[in-house]
Amino acid sequence: MQIKKNIAVSETGFVFNPTTGDSYSLNQVGQEILGHLGENRSPAEITSLMTSTYDIDPPSFEKYFFDFISMLRQFELLDEENEN
Amino acid sequence: MEKRPFERPFIKKLQAGMPSKFGMKTQAEPITHIDENAVPELLAKHGSPLYVISENTIREKYKKARHAFTTRYPKVQFAWSYKTNYLDAVCRVFHQEGSWAEVVSGFEYDKAINNGVKGSQIIFNGPDKTDEDLKKAIENDSLIHIDHFDEMYSIIAISENSGKRPKVAIRVNMDTGIYPMWDRFGFNYENGDAWDAINRIMISEKMELVGLHTHIGTYMLASNAYKVAAGKLADLAFGIERKYGVNIKYLDLGGGFASQNTLKGAYYPGSDTVPSVDEYADAISSAILNSELNPKNLPTLILESGRALIDDAGYLLGTVIANKRLSNGNRATIVDVGINLLFTSFWYEHEVYPAAAVSEHMEETTIYGPLCMNIDVIREAIQFPLLKKGDQFVIKRIGAYNMTQWMQFITLRPNVVLIDTKGNDHVIRKQENMELIRQQEVIPDHLK
Ligand SMILES: Cc1ncc(COP(=O)(O)O)c(C=O)c1O
Repeated sequence: MQIKKNIAVSETGFVFNPTTGDSYSLNQVGQEILGHLGENRSPAEITSLMTSTYDIDPPSFEKYFFDFISMLRQFELLDEENEN
Repeated sequence: MEKRPFERPFIKKLQAGMPSKFGMKTQAEPITHIDENAVPELLAKHGSPLYVISENTIREKYKKARHAFTTRYPKVQFAWSYKTNYLDAVCRVFHQEGSWAEVVSGFEYDKAINNGVKGSQIIFNGPDKTDEDLKKAIENDSLIHIDHFDEMYSIIAISENSGKRPKVAIRVNMDTGIYPMWDRFGFNYENGDAWDAINRIMISEKMELVGLHTHIGTYMLASNAYKVAAGKLADLAFGIERKYGVNIKYLDLGGGFASQNTLKGAYYPGSDTVPSVDEYADAISSAILNSELNPKNLPTLILESGRALIDDAGYLLGTVIANKRLSNGNRATIVDVGINLLFTSFWYEHEVYPAAAVSEHMEETTIYGPLCMNIDVIREAIQFPLLKKGDQFVIKRIGAYNMTQWMQFITLRPNVVLIDTKGNDHVIRKQENMELIRQQEVIPDHLK
C-alpha cells in the first residue's frame, strides 16, 4: 500500500494532488498514517506503532485504518499499480 | 507514558468557494454535563439511550414566559398542555409553578386529577370527549371547550340530569394570515359559525359561556398571527357583552409558540428565526388592550404553551453503535437512538453534540437510528465530529412531544431521568421490560 509519489503532504495536514488539482485536509491521526505509508511501512508495522502511542487496541485500530485506506482509494491517492 | 486519546483517521476533500450554509458553523462544542451531572455517569447509571429532563430549565422557561405576559397584561394564567409531555413529574413541576392543566382526552383528564389539579382548573379541549368524560368534567366544574355542535348537544343532555350548569367555552378557528389555516377544530370565525355557536349557548341558558378559545397552530413563526387571533377573540367577547350583557371571563390563545429547534428544510437555524416569548406576549397583549373591551373589566388571558416551555428542558443521550461507509464513500454513523424515541426528527433538524471534547475535524455524516427500517434517520448529511463506536452524544431540545409520541417499536423505551434543582437525578419513568409488554398480551388457548 503506497501513496502516489507526486502527492504532497504539508506539516499541517494539508494534502495536494497535482494531477487533479484537488486538495484535502487530514486530522492528526490521518496525517501520521499517511507519513508511515510514505515510508513504506506495512499495515502491521503501522498498527503496532500507532497503538503504542494512542489509547486504542490493535483490532479497533485496524478497523479505522482500513476504513481510512478505503477513503484514500476513493480519492485516488493510492498508488495501486505498483501493488503486488 | 500516558497514551494519547485516539481519534479515528480522517481525510476530507476541500471544496473551494463552498462554505457551509451557516458560515462554517459547526457543532463540535461538546455537551459534557446536564445540570452538573456528567453525561457518562448518567449513562453508566441509567443505561443508554436515556432521556434527561432538567427541572431547572422547566422552571426558568416558565418564569420567563410568565414574566413576559404579566408585565404586559394584568390577568394571566398558564395551563400546561398535557399532550406535549404528560409524565407526572413534569406536569407537577408546572403545577407547582402555578400552571393549570390543559387536556384533550379522558386519559389526560384523569392524569391531571391524579396530579392534584382542581377540577375547576382543568381545561378540557379536543374533538373526542365521551359522555363519561363530559359527566366527570361537568361534575368537577372543569372548563369544557366545545369543539362541535354534537358535543354541545351532549353537554346539554347531560346537564339536564345532573342539575349542574356546565362551564363552557367554544374553540374558534380563524384566518390569521397563516397557511395552512387550521379549520378542523372548533367553529369558524369568518363564516359566522362561531357566532352561531355562541348564540345557541346563550339562548339555551343550560350552559355558562365563560371563555373563548383558539389554538391557531403549532410552531408559529409569525407573532403577528397572534395579534390577529387575539383581536378576533376580543371582538367576539365585546360582541357578546354588547348583545347579552355578559362578560366573558377569559380568552384562551392556546399554544403554538415555537421553540428554538430548526424545522427541516429551513435555511436559517431556529435560534435566528424564532420570535422571543416577549414578541408573542407583545402581540397578544396589545391586541386585547387595544380592543374595544372595557379596560376595567378585562378577561383573564390563558395560554396553553407546550413546546416553547418544555423543549429546551429535555435531552436525549445515546451511544454510537457503529460507523460505516455508504456506497458513495459517505460516512454513516449508527446510534442507539432511533425515530421510535425521537418522533420529532420528522419535523426538526435536531442538534446532536458529542459528549466529550473532539478535534475540530468534521465529516459529512448521516446519523441513523438502530432500527432495521429504512426511515430510521436522525440527521442527514450533517457536518459531524469523528465519533467512534462507544462514544456518547447528546441530542438537545427534545422535551416536547417525544415522551408522549414515542413508540414501543422493535425495542423497549428507556429510562427517563429528572435532574432536580439541586442536581440530584431521579428516574421518573422506568425503562420498559419484557414482563410489562407480555402482561398486555393474551394467547388464545389453541395457540398455547
Ligand atoms: C389545544 C391545544 N393547546 C395547546 C397545544 C400546545 O401546543 P404547542 O406545543 O405548540 O405550544 C396544543 C398542541 O397541539 C393544542 O392542540
